[in-house]
Amino acid sequence: MNNIAFVAIAILTLAAALAAASLPKLIHAALSFAVTFVGVAAFFFLLGAEFVGLVQVFVYVGAVAVLIVFTILLTRRDVQDTGKPNWGGAVIAIAVFGGLLWAILKTPTLSVTAPHVEALTVKRIGEVLMIDYVWPLQCVGLLLTAALIGALILVMEEKS
Amino acid sequence: MPTLSIFLVVSATLFCIGLLAVLSRRHAIFILIGIEMMLAAANLNFIAFWRFGPQPQPPTGVMVAIFSIAIAAAEAAVGLALVIAVYRHYRTTNVDQLDQLKG
Repeated sequence: MNNIAFVAIAILTLAAALAAASLPKLIHAALSFAVTFVGVAAFFFLLGAEFVGLVQVFVYVGAVAVLIVFTILLTRRDVQDTGKPNWGGAVIAIAVFGGLLWAILKTPTLSVTAPHVEALTVKRIGEVLMIDYVWPLQCVGLLLTAALIGALILVMEEKS
Repeated sequence: MPTLSIFLVVSATLFCIGLLAVLSRRHAIFILIGIEMMLAAANLNFIAFWRFGPQPQPPTGVMVAIFSIAIAAAEAAVGLALVIAVYRHYRTTNVDQLDQLKG
């Protein structure tokens, strides 16, 4: 059961990712991007990190994908990627993939099956976030505020 | 349940598709999409190693993934704002044509 779900999610995610990387129309690529992130969230559910999967769906499909669609609509003049693709980049990507695949398959300690663990509850995540990780949490809050202000300043009208 | 190396292979594939999008496309928004895919592949690795490894008392892999998602959201917001600002100034988002620093 788990294996069938895994194969289905893997095919969906990787096909959507390939579509997002190769479709010429930007709006189609943005929609494939959303499907890719739904697939990654499904992987998180499969691995027992339900909270991270939900956060992934909220943040990426709910916010970042909509942001990308808005940006595409605001920069309408070139909604299509006209320049010819750079084949050197494809060669580098395939070389990196080959290296990673070789490293993963050559390491015998990686072929382990999952140990049985108790489920990670949201209550536990909240406790850890508020006790052990409270300073990183504050830093991320500061970072998000700074990013919000920076994004607003960047898109303000230029005075000319 | 599949083994850890299968998850790592999937995440390496996702990373390389993101790298392909970053290196071979000319449009700035495609480059941002590729960067987001690479970040998602890294998150998938964190969660997979957390699930298959010895479970530490604070769930470190999950925490790193949550913080990484927050930082990726901030990065996407600033990056897309930069794309809009560049488009206003140069009337293009093709990164090959953005080759001067002087406004």
